[in-house]
Amino acid sequence: MSIVAIIDYGAGNLRSAAKAFERVASDLGQGHVIEVTADPERVLKADRVMLPGVGAFADCKAGLDAVPGMVEALDEKVIRGGAPVPGRLRRHAIAGKRRPRKGSDARPLLDPRSREKIKPNDPSLKIPHMGWNTITFTKPHALMDGIQDGPDGLHAYFVHSYHLATDRSDDLVATTNYGGDFTACVGRDNIFGTQFHPEKSQALGLKLIENFLGWTP
Amino acid sequence: MTLKTRIIPCLDVAGGRVVKGVNFVDLIDAGDPVEAAMAYDAAGADELTFLDITASHEGRDTIFDVVARTAEHCFMPVTVGGGVKSIEDIRKLLLAGADKVAINSAAVNDPDFIARAADKFGNQCIVVSVDAKQRLSEAVGGDNRSEWEIFTHGGRKPTGIDAVEFAARMVERGAGELLVTSMDRDGTKSGFDLKLTRAIADDVEVPVIASGGVGTLQDLVDGVTEGHASAVLAASIFHFGTFTIPQAKRYMAEHGIAMRMDLSPEVK
Repeated sequence: MSIVAIIDYGAGNLRSAAKAFERVASDLGQGHVIEVTADPERVLKADRVMLPGVGAFADCKAGLDAVPGMVEALDEKVIRGGAPVPGRLRRHAIAGKRRPRKGSDARPLLDPRSREKIKPNDPSLKIPHMGWNTITFTKPHALMDGIQDGPDGLHAYFVHSYHLATDRSDDLVATTNYGGDFTACVGRDNIFGTQFHPEKSQALGLKLIENFLGWTP
Repeated sequence: MTLKTRIIPCLDVAGGRVVKGVNFVDLIDAGDPVEAAMAYDAAGADELTFLDITASHEGRDTIFDVVARTAEHCFMPVTVGGGVKSIEDIRKLLLAGADKVAINSAAVNDPDFIARAADKFGNQCIVVSVDAKQRLSEAVGGDNRSEWEIFTHGGRKPTGIDAVEFAARMVERGAGELLVTSMDRDGTKSGFDLKLTRAIADDVEVPVIASGGVGTLQDLVDGVTEGHASAVLAASIFHFGTFTIPQAKRYMAEHGIAMRMDLSPEVK
């Protein structure tokens, strides 16, 4: 049995994320248990951690800080303990800000300071970047197995006005294009982040979740 | 790689049931909004909108159950509009599983409500419904930037507020998207009000969904190419089986519009 903890810190739409994970877990039939929890003790007992996120980074950070012991539990579990964690970019920045695991890169994977407003090179393009777009892998990653990229590939659902500028190219896993390329996925060690919403991305999202449930980074 | 134009079927729901039913596919219960949502999900709809037109106060809570059950089965974005009046309404809809809420009267009555909602939940989930009709008499000019005015109460109540000016003000307050409905065209099957759609789409930074009046697949194309909409919303042409979502996508793609085809098996 393997436990997936979806962190509930009072913001965002957890139900969709939980339902998508439950659906994949049920299809796989490998005994994955999906738990939505605000309890740091449950997080410490989990095998995998999902940090969902919608909205502004400051709100997410404040929400996470407001749950007693949660930041410390994530630090212990994800940074030092190495449990796999996917999430959306802004929330990942929170995990990435903590002290990294010994021997790994000391820099945060997702630094809120590297957040930039999208500036499409075509002024007629609307902001937010809202809707379905394809992605392009910049390097292979286990969570992307079986997902077709490129212009004829599967689509991911994006809703955002900011993106994460990664200055370390080896953290970048996939980009999307909207009047210029920007980050769609980043990954380092046991941490993975997506700018798009896997739980709303139909085939692509369900495959990503399936890969995550079997991921042993 | 391009962002794709979205096709959004809209289901009118009252007391937890689809108004007039849905006849496009063999559903066990044609009046169950969740069954209809699942069928649209499988057909490759890019998003889904529920418009709650429940008249009675008592029936209001049924929409939360509809949204929650939809979120269990559909992994696509869902917008809920109709009767959204408070921060608490929005919070409950998002917790039930909605991704966005569409706000109409409350935005007209109190534009700062949009600012508070966007602050609280992020502008990505705040859609403002711009329900507009051609003016009857007033001249364009001064505060009247355009020939359309805002109506509330399903198009029955004029407000005197200029539609294009209102749209711009809502975006300033934090609306992340505008659902622009021509109340003149709604239900007529004579096509979107393209001038209205374009006047607003060209004036604001955020995406515009064209709504009201779709009768043919060419109307959908025109909404994008002439109306400059980022998404097209339609109800009856899909509900009554006149056209399927894959047919609409194929037609739009053939007319040079970038569409998402990966979940439309009839298309690929």
